[in-house]
Amino acid sequence: MTLATPFKVHRQAGGGAPPDAPEWQRVEPSGQRGPRRSAAEPPLAHGRAGFRGARRAYRRSRGEAVIETALRLNGYAAVILIALIFLFLFKEGLQALFKIPLGEFIGTTVTDYRGYPKTVRLWQPVGGDPKYSLLPLFCGSFLVALPATLIAGVLGVACGIYLAELAAARTREVVKPFIELLAGIPTVVIGFLCLATLGTAMQNLLGTTFRLNAFLGAIGVALVIVPVIASLTEDALRAVPNELRVASYGLGSTRWQTIARVTVPAAVSGISAALILGMGRALGETMIVLMATGNAALITLDVFSSVRTMTATIAAELGAVAQGGAQYQALFLVGAILFTITFALNVVAELVIARMRRRLVL
Amino acid sequence: MSARAAGRRSVATSRRTRIVGAFFEQLCRLLTVLTCTALIAVLAVIIVKGIGVIDLEFLTGAPTEGMTAGGIFPAIFGTICITLLMILMALPLGVAAAIYLVEYAGKGLAPRIIRAAVNNLAGVPSIVFGLFGVGFFILFVGRNLDRVLQTGLLFGQPAMLWAAATLAILVLPVVIVSTEEALRAVPASHREAAFALGATPWQVVQQTVLPQAYPGILTGAILSVSRGAGETAPILFTGCAYFLPRLPVSEFFGIPMINPLDQFMELSYHIFIMVTQSTDAAATRPIQYGTTLVLVALTFLLNMAAILTRNRFRRRAEALL
Amino acid sequence: MRHMTVIGTAVAAGCLTLASVAPAQATNITVKGSDTMVILAQRLAETYMKKHPEVTIQVTGGGSGTGIAALINKTTSFANASRPIKDEEITKAKAAGNDPQEYKIALDALAVVVHASNPVKELSLQQLNGIFRGDISDWSEVGGEAGRIMRYCRESNSGTYVFFKEHVLLDGDYAADCQTMPGTSAVAEAVTRDKKGIGYGGVAYFAKNPALHILAVKKTDSAPGISPMKDGKPDHEVVWSGDYPIARWLYVYTAHVPEGDEKAYINWMMGPEGQKVVVEIEYIPLKGVLDRKASAAN
Repeated sequence: MTLATPFKVHRQAGGGAPPDAPEWQRVEPSGQRGPRRSAAEPPLAHGRAGFRGARRAYRRSRGEAVIETALRLNGYAAVILIALIFLFLFKEGLQALFKIPLGEFIGTTVTDYRGYPKTVRLWQPVGGDPKYSLLPLFCGSFLVALPATLIAGVLGVACGIYLAELAAARTREVVKPFIELLAGIPTVVIGFLCLATLGTAMQNLLGTTFRLNAFLGAIGVALVIVPVIASLTEDALRAVPNELRVASYGLGSTRWQTIARVTVPAAVSGISAALILGMGRALGETMIVLMATGNAALITLDVFSSVRTMTATIAAELGAVAQGGAQYQALFLVGAILFTITFALNVVAELVIARMRRRLVL
Repeated sequence: MSARAAGRRSVATSRRTRIVGAFFEQLCRLLTVLTCTALIAVLAVIIVKGIGVIDLEFLTGAPTEGMTAGGIFPAIFGTICITLLMILMALPLGVAAAIYLVEYAGKGLAPRIIRAAVNNLAGVPSIVFGLFGVGFFILFVGRNLDRVLQTGLLFGQPAMLWAAATLAILVLPVVIVSTEEALRAVPASHREAAFALGATPWQVVQQTVLPQAYPGILTGAILSVSRGAGETAPILFTGCAYFLPRLPVSEFFGIPMINPLDQFMELSYHIFIMVTQSTDAAATRPIQYGTTLVLVALTFLLNMAAILTRNRFRRRAEALL
Repeated sequence: MRHMTVIGTAVAAGCLTLASVAPAQATNITVKGSDTMVILAQRLAETYMKKHPEVTIQVTGGGSGTGIAALINKTTSFANASRPIKDEEITKAKAAGNDPQEYKIALDALAVVVHASNPVKELSLQQLNGIFRGDISDWSEVGGEAGRIMRYCRESNSGTYVFFKEHVLLDGDYAADCQTMPGTSAVAEAVTRDKKGIGYGGVAYFAKNPALHILAVKKTDSAPGISPMKDGKPDHEVVWSGDYPIARWLYVYTAHVPEGDEKAYINWMMGPEGQKVVVEIEYIPLKGVLDRKASAAN
């Protein structure tokens, strides 16, 4: 390895790394992660090396500049991809608004056999008189996602509390991989098991009219998002500074009183973020709902009825449409709306997490 | 004062408080046990119902008799091909992005936007990736490539290449986050020493940081392979086929090579099709369970390997500090 | 060492790309489309490839709509369809530069199935119309035991769905609570597990299932009920004569007038050997073909 030409070391007055120094320089002295103990302590013992000057000297070398540009482009890749997804989904989806009147996305007016006009809200895009109401699809998606988030929220938060507060270190090392493995099961497998075994078992147990219904889908989806919620809750609970717990014990609380009245309320932002992200994931789940919910486009609040979600509609119908047709663009519109909803949920969750981080830095 | 010590009897705690506390703690334990039981139940059902079908023939033979008999080798082969292609695309992109975020980017707006974008990308529904794959890769990139290269309709149709690209975008956040974690775990003192010896930033990364971060990057790669092998929705329309008479291999100058413009069969898609659209769902049930067992075994082995690598790496990193 | 890795990767990538533009070694025929026909298409492909190993035929399902869409998008050689191509699809195909040709290769009796324990054994077309449009909701209205009718139908990309909509529902809408199943075998399985269920699909999927009963269909309320099955096998005569009201042609569409291997394959499919396969799969062969002596040319 050839050494670069020596450079001038600029001494910088005072400690502390320059504001545009790369991330690793702002990490605390080796080995400690977590919030800094006090603002007065400089992040690096030797920040006086004048790194900024050194980097400028090296950036002048063209090879380095090229490499840095290449890396920067790659860095922006995620941003570019999100922008592209928005662009392409809306490019096709908005064309549907030109082919199909906006009102038809809510409901279509038909004349029934007596000659009177009647508004129907159906999703039946194929046929002589296509109907594009999106209401059954929204209803279906939320009727699966909300119970799933509820079930997974209860289980996930309980797992998070157990892993962060109650479990011994060795137990934790065994249980945590278990829960992470749950996230590793392919969703098509869970959908298959719901369809093949759980559906009949549930119908025998609960006597539901529809064997394949939203609740079955919700259970399947809940299985998949429990690890998401559990690990985020655990991270949130572990980020609560120990001083709060110690103070609570000092005042005479039991362990559960500390958890319930001090730790969890302190971590409530993180836990809400976990739930929001879990719900976003539940809305976006495709294979489980495609196989387990029966796919009947009903508008209903009955969680034991068969429903049709947005994701299942796209998955079931996209392969069959000719490109450029009204149904094709309507499906892209459904995808665009779905993407916007999950994107908004993600942004909200991130804002909540950012607020939590700001609050917890002592 | 440890939490366990505090859990024991403290001054003047009423009996009711202690009982209520114990109840809720046991409830948390119970719910965790319930979750783990769900996992074990799922695995048990798959293993019990699927193990009877697995034999060498199943793993190495092709489907016959209208998919009601025979093996699943083309699906296994296709899965290996697609994940290989996917990781070839995702790994360089993700590692480079993570290097930029950790080593080069300052504290400004840009890294924050990038991190926000990575988190959002992680939350995009898988079917939206499928839509994007069709709308962007096949229709836009593929058709325009055909127009520019005058190759008719070679690139503008569903193919392994586009399916792999779609999956690569899906697993990009996994790679970026794992690599970031691996890079941040390298102690600052190593970088400082390298700079003190006069290395350029890229030399520091290449010679000092990356070699130490390899286990972490490997973990990320294994996790993303396991994630990609299990996803079905993105490949539904971008290249997967129900029944192919031959493997996606072409001869080039006599050497058989994987042809990325071919369609392919894949394990998770195979399960989906067998369950929903096979000719006789009841008769093919054993094959469905068998394929499920193979897929789950594959993803579990990969996940276990990733977890073990990550644990060993974390212990080694902590020992360094 | 690192440089070798980089070079090695570059070489591998190069080989991969180059392999893709290598000329195909064998003639490739892609067949896409109707799920109703996918078993038939696969068996035909398997049998033909055994005799003509230089041809490879690739079969995918997805629904008649998928097949015709693929034909318009030029991603397949043949499109299987269990319904005739629509006028607007022909226009689109011609606009994309194709000249679609239609070939009828078999017939199918569309069977309506209920659970074997259901006392209802026959229904008229009007009753089927009422049931699937949602006007009739209880089994007691059609002579069965009281209970809500659970309807199972196919996805909208399916030719079976479209055919049923046009011929039985007379272009009306399906009831909103029809559970849509991704394939006919899923319909079969769903009705097997639902004592109050009713579903429809190509007869081949239901023929051998003891838990299902294939209904006899009456053209009008007073006409006799005709079952598509006789002695446990599909009844060819009743379909050929038109007595069974919901029977349909199975089509193969091509983008252009077929030549060479494609032409040979279509001729073989419509000839005695192909029709023998049709009978094996329990569809209804073209009338009169099997009586012909097998010609040596095929």
